Amino acid sequence: MLSKTLHISSSPHINKGISTDTIMRNVVYALLPMVVFAVYAFGTNALFVILASLVACVGTEHLLCVWSGKPSTISDGSAVITGLLLGLTLPPIFPIWMTIIGGILSIALGKFVFGGLGSNPFNPALVGRAFLQAAFPVAITTWYPAFSEGRFTNFSGSVFAFPFSTPIVDGITGATPLSAFKFDKVTADSMDLALGLVSGSIGETSALLIALGGIYLITRKMMNWRIPVSILGTVFVLSGILFLIDPKLYPSPFFMLFSGGLMLGAMFMATDMVGSPITPLGVVIYGVFIGLLVVVIRIWGGLPEGVMYAILLGNALSPQIDNLIRPRIYGTKKTKP
Amino acid sequence: MSAGITKHTEPKADPSSTDEFIKGLWRENPVFVQVVGMCPTLAVSNSAQNALAMGLATAFVLVMSNILVSALRNFIPKEVRIASFILVIATFVTIVDYAIQAISVDLHKNLGAFIALIVVNCIILSRAEAFASKNGIGKSILDAMGMGLGFVFALFCLGAVREILGNGTLFGIAVLPESFEKWIIMILPAGGFFTLAAWLLLFNFFKLKKAKA
Repeated sequence: MLSKTLHISSSPHINKGISTDTIMRNVVYALLPMVVFAVYAFGTNALFVILASLVACVGTEHLLCVWSGKPSTISDGSAVITGLLLGLTLPPIFPIWMTIIGGILSIALGKFVFGGLGSNPFNPALVGRAFLQAAFPVAITTWYPAFSEGRFTNFSGSVFAFPFSTPIVDGITGATPLSAFKFDKVTADSMDLALGLVSGSIGETSALLIALGGIYLITRKMMNWRIPVSILGTVFVLSGILFLIDPKLYPSPFFMLFSGGLMLGAMFMATDMVGSPITPLGVVIYGVFIGLLVVVIRIWGGLPEGVMYAILLGNALSPQIDNLIRPRIYGTKKTKP
Repeated sequence: MSAGITKHTEPKADPSSTDEFIKGLWRENPVFVQVVGMCPTLAVSNSAQNALAMGLATAFVLVMSNILVSALRNFIPKEVRIASFILVIATFVTIVDYAIQAISVDLHKNLGAFIALIVVNCIILSRAEAFASKNGIGKSILDAMGMGLGFVFALFCLGAVREILGNGTLFGIAVLPESFEKWIIMILPAGGFFTLAAWLLLFNFFKLKKAKA
């Protein structure tokens, strides 16, 4: 007779008890230092942008769940991360109404139409940002200098632009190191870039804090270290070769590593567990592909920054990579894919 | 209509003539329900004017080819019917092509290759194959007019939304205040997909609601 307590389940049989929301909570912890630094560097305007993005993402997720008659999934924390990441990739004086549109589309178009968390082929935050980049190309490239005077008391007219109206940029704007290089061939100091003393999107400036957040997640085994390492390694090696060929024409590999959204993208967006391949080799191919695209877009493309498109294309490629790098089933002969 | 003159052999329980006309507008709308003819739908719906011109051109070709196909349906051998249909359609497309060029060179430039591509528009070929080659002239005209107007309606829906959001205008006339921030993506190709998806969502929402009730 079989015992009544016999429990039948598929593998894995041993688990550590880490659930989705534990991982998501830790990702939020890793992102928090960047949020704090961003608010310190760019002032209250940046805080409003992040909050708007957060509220839009979590609210959309909740409403869509309720409308489709499902239990609300906001407690798993994935919408919070999408909201934070979207906010961190936007310029500090990005209008709130545009941010809200981006947040709604991130969740609705990037995640929900595919069936919610776990079924989204692309990183939701980047889907929202890609839409904003195509819809409002001027607003999303209007930068605000870091550590400017009165950044905590000055409420930008751009951030609080009336919904659907053109934002009016009052006061100074600053070019990012990448656009300065692309259009004026001026490179920034690598140390400034690493510490985040430059202008850029809200959360992308401090490469150091991003790296720390990433290392925290890697040591807790909540992030696949192969992805950031292969992306950053590819970018470093490729731009290093180009720099050795002609240092006047091409930027230094350190500049490439620490500028723009590369660090943030490689650490927190390309590592999206749903959109990246499964096998170790597949993950490395994915990382090299993204790194290659970043260098190609930045150096030969029309845009100063290409991390977003590189990661989205990498996401699109990852099911194919998984198909190609299918591990051999134990005991069978090697077959061609 | 003239349905009684031509000797057709449909069963008695056939849908009424008005029904043949109405179905293309809403219940079997070529774009929103059948989802055919996507190429011109997505490509030239970036402004209301382009959309309307494209829709009317297609509707004209659709009506004329349906008449001719229906009239010739007993003479075209089954084996070469598709080639014959294409020949009939291409004739009218050539007429439309020259007509648009004569009316407005700018419009012709805007629509570009998509006028010539009306030849391979699924809507026209599918109506010729599925309806005109099996029904009398009268019914075929009604069917073509319904489908054609349904296509015009769908294209106009897309074109209007895209032009208003992407450019703040409708038929080139400003409908939104000067301060409106244009959604550039809406007049780019990607905007066509987004707008079509939004309309399909709306149509399916109503369809499901009706099915439930």
